[in-house]
Amino acid sequence: MLVYAGVCSHAPGITGRADQADPEVRDAFYAAFHQMRDDIVASGAEAIIVIAAEHFANFFMNNMPSFAIGMADFYDGPIEDPAWLGIDTFRAPGNRDLSHRLITEVMQTVDVSYAEEWKFDHGIAVPLHFLTPDFDLPVIPVNINCQGPPLAPLQRSWAFGEALRRACDSVPEKMALVGTGGISHWPATPDSGKINEEWDLDFLDRWCRNDKDALLAYDDLTVYADAGQGGFEIRTFLAVSAAAAGANGTVHFTAPIPIFAVSCTIASYDLETSSLKD
Amino acid sequence: MSLYYVQKFLFELNRDPAMQERYAHDRHASLESFDLTTEEVSALTEPDIGLLFHLGVNGQILMHFAALHQIEWADYLQQMRDGIAQHGPVREGVYATTGYEGTDAHAKALGQNTTSERK
Repeated sequence: MLVYAGVCSHAPGITGRADQADPEVRDAFYAAFHQMRDDIVASGAEAIIVIAAEHFANFFMNNMPSFAIGMADFYDGPIEDPAWLGIDTFRAPGNRDLSHRLITEVMQTVDVSYAEEWKFDHGIAVPLHFLTPDFDLPVIPVNINCQGPPLAPLQRSWAFGEALRRACDSVPEKMALVGTGGISHWPATPDSGKINEEWDLDFLDRWCRNDKDALLAYDDLTVYADAGQGGFEIRTFLAVSAAAAGANGTVHFTAPIPIFAVSCTIASYDLETSSLKD
Repeated sequence: MSLYYVQKFLFELNRDPAMQERYAHDRHASLESFDLTTEEVSALTEPDIGLLFHLGVNGQILMHFAALHQIEWADYLQQMRDGIAQHGPVREGVYATTGYEGTDAHAKALGQNTTSERK
């Protein structure tokens, strides 16, 4: 069953360029990340699904899945240079049997690839660095292609989120679901550091209201113009919205941190307000 | 022009320590199995970060190549800006979707201050 649903940022600068950020804003962001960890622990979660927008660490344009779920008993990372990312090499626990059951249920409505081998890049490594620093919670990695167009339409990410919710509710284990990604940003380009804060706040308002129509009203060309190619990663946030099934959301922290290249954000849904609450 | 194979080479280089060793030992030899133009081989062996960005390499792939060459973050960003200034707008790939003519053009499109105005 689903016991926690939230979203967070994952930019590599969060750990790799920590010393270059305004300490006051950075530390407030880190504190919100730590609170997210405490909230996940308090939920009793027995495994954590991380919906990432991985960056050509495992999947490439020779065979690019729109949606993928890991199915292994462990995952190694980070694929980046540890010194560059500021995260030491690690082996995160998985749960192949749990993945198998989740994937089987998701496949009832969404065609998803599975991967018995998956190297974590910053998209998952940075969230885990804060959320399960001791690697004591099994991780189920999930990916939505947000990097190599053509990308699955937003409504398919929504359907994928609904399928993940159904899958979580089909297993006895208590599941935490965390989406990671943008919002507006132009990562790793000459525009890195540019942030469209107004766009971000409007998006987060739609996300908190869990307004399906408003969230699906975006199109990639407009998102690209207003929020950069990093904005394509809203797919991970939308999947969590769909999984939360109408629940109300709260932004616990959001602030532009240009050296991290994004409005660093922590938010979660109150699953007590979900239409699928028991 | 074979952006796909330029990115394929970088994708494999970024995730394979053995390939990184081959590249360090003999850059040209490590590229032999990829269908690349002379310009692309030059960009990958120099390396020329600005030219690679101009050719359309995704920054999520390119930034790791820059890190492999110990290029600091600020220098990496500047080399891409210089590449656009020297070679022109991004030719292909995701950044060329709406035309990419540089940071100031993007800022103006958003109604934001340009890089020079922010300084």
